[in-house]
Amino acid sequence: MKTVQFREALREAMSEEMRRDEGVFLMGEEVAEYNGAYKVSQGMLDEFGAERVIDTPIAELGFAGIGVGAAMNGLRPVIEFMTWNFAILAADQIINSAAKMLQMSGGQINVPIVFRGGNGQAGQLAATHSQSFEAFYAHVPGLKVITPSTPYDAKGLLKAAIRDNDPVVFLESEKMYGDKGEIPEGEYILPIGVADIKREGSDVTIVTFGKIIKEVFKAADELEKEGVSVEVIDLRTIRPIDYDAVVNSIKKTNRCVVVEESWPLASISSEIAYHLQRYAFDYLDAPVYRVTQSDTPFPFATSLIAEALPNPKRIIDAVKSVMYIN
Amino acid sequence: MATSTKPKPISKATYLKWYEDMLLMRKFEEKAGQLYIQQKFGGFCHLYIGQEAVVAGAVSATKAGDKHITAYRDHAHPIGLGMHPKYVMAELYGKSTGCSKGKGGSMHMFDTSLGLWGGHGIVGAQIPMGAGMAFAEKYNKTKNVVLCSFGDGAARQGALHETFNMAMTWKLPVIFIIENNNYAMGTSVQRTSNITDLKKLGAAYDMPAESVDGMSCEEVHYAILRAADRARKGDGPTLLDIQTYRYKGHSMSDPQKYRTKEEVEKYKKLDPIQKVLETIKEKKYATAKLLEEIEERVKDKVVESVKFAEESPLPEAHELYEDVYAEADYPFIKEY
Ligand SMILES: Cc1ncc(C[n+]2csc(CCOP(=O)(O)OP(=O)(O)O)c2C)c(N)n1
Ligand SMILES: [Mg+2]
Repeated sequence: MKTVQFREALREAMSEEMRRDEGVFLMGEEVAEYNGAYKVSQGMLDEFGAERVIDTPIAELGFAGIGVGAAMNGLRPVIEFMTWNFAILAADQIINSAAKMLQMSGGQINVPIVFRGGNGQAGQLAATHSQSFEAFYAHVPGLKVITPSTPYDAKGLLKAAIRDNDPVVFLESEKMYGDKGEIPEGEYILPIGVADIKREGSDVTIVTFGKIIKEVFKAADELEKEGVSVEVIDLRTIRPIDYDAVVNSIKKTNRCVVVEESWPLASISSEIAYHLQRYAFDYLDAPVYRVTQSDTPFPFATSLIAEALPNPKRIIDAVKSVMYIN
Repeated sequence: MATSTKPKPISKATYLKWYEDMLLMRKFEEKAGQLYIQQKFGGFCHLYIGQEAVVAGAVSATKAGDKHITAYRDHAHPIGLGMHPKYVMAELYGKSTGCSKGKGGSMHMFDTSLGLWGGHGIVGAQIPMGAGMAFAEKYNKTKNVVLCSFGDGAARQGALHETFNMAMTWKLPVIFIIENNNYAMGTSVQRTSNITDLKKLGAAYDMPAESVDGMSCEEVHYAILRAADRARKGDGPTLLDIQTYRYKGHSMSDPQKYRTKEEVEKYKKLDPIQKVLETIKEKKYATAKLLEEIEERVKDKVVESVKFAEESPLPEAHELYEDVYAEADYPFIKEY
């Protein structure tokens, strides 16, 4: 094993796949000469040259669509968005083109493309620059959606995404790129659609994904001291969701809290809660609770950010509620 | 593309105002940069240093009722439009006394009473919005003009073309101002397109367009006067490629490997504030004492701004749910 930063894990995944398959290329704003706005692609221009590591103008709709077209015609693009907030401009090509091409062409044209970049809030960047897109894209049949929370998951899942024959939305975080974690020396791939039990426990299950998992761990540590044993399930893939992993954990703990960085309405937490009441009703000893971002655009002021985000205290409160501790 | 009507000469008062306003923008931004490095406030911080003549000339050439909309490099616009910089500083600090109540931050300065319709963080978003504001002016049969500013990088967004087409077809009273500092983060204009002469972007729509020396308040002022005149007469939009330069990095975390120190030095020699000061001295528009007074005033305002920002309160928790909907008692989900 070796210790790498999250950004290095992503870079290794892309570089290994580019060495393995001539059809894989990286395109996006500042990915080449600037070495990446967040240095994910550092050194890749030097290794692969300007034909495969390609700087674009600020034209998200255009270059995402060019990626889709290239994928339709046999290449395997990795399209980097500086952040997913800017990919809203490209949503037409992701949702209307990439996600639907295989079906509408009667199975003739698949779109093996990865769209990736920073997702979610990253400090005081204000409302337009702080959005999480798991639920948005998970809503769309035809897409796969991945949100890794560790360098290990990031590398293994990005490699899987690049090899996948369907369009994949890969959600990272500017706040995680510097995180360190262990990965194997050699190559490995992780399967898409499989959740991971990040911490075993017996009293309550917290289902979560992405960087908010750090707050969950803090809460779990605190609860441990109070004698509450928390199981943490990291979904890792948001579409398809590994429902079995969640249900199996609830069969053991009988209680569930979902923690999500994004908004409450029509969210992943709504989906998990629906699924559990439908398929694990008899195993639940309490209603499912959730901790989400406030039902508002993300604020700028530090005082309001503290109000808006899930934090250990709120998570602990939710856990105590489902355990009927007060 | 100068018109035949001879423009009015620029007055002494205008020169003095340009000098004081630009000096204030410069000193404010220098201070903001220092405070950012000291982590007095967070988020992004895109400084306007070097580009001051664009706002100064745009403001002197327009009048009350005209509206300005710009990108996230927006600390100088409110100052040019007459806002006390303490409200800009408080906004940077995310304080409730900021010009956007601490809800917008660095990229989202607003004061519609002064004609400032934001600060917008999504690159190019203000291009169609600016045209839409002009649509409303035309619809309401005013003679107001909208000044819609965006960067050379933003000029590559597809929305520009859709907007240019409609703005020309409908003869909207809008001036499209490319604040062309030659870089979008680390990408030069030359690396983003076959078309590097940005005024040509109007050509496919027969939009009148000119290149303008953005280091010269006078050139900016006259170009905007011509464009505003055209718009007020009902002749529609103009594209101005205003060539300027940012002395600092794109934001505060930019190693600037994409350009040379010599290039930066070259532009610093064309400094618009120095140029205006030279003219003032040449034409004896101000005594040494008056210039000193101006400098003092500027210094005091910057000091006052920092004090005001630091002493102002943060927004209170309930404000999270305010200003989200115009509706007064929208039923938020608050279970969390
Ligand atoms: C749609 C969108 N894409 C990308 C970004 C990230 N971004 C912020 S500023 C910037 C460069 C813009 O350059 P330019 O338009 O020339 O303005 P300048 O910074 O030079 O004033 C980029 C790529 C963004 N904010 N919005
Ligand atoms: Mg620029």
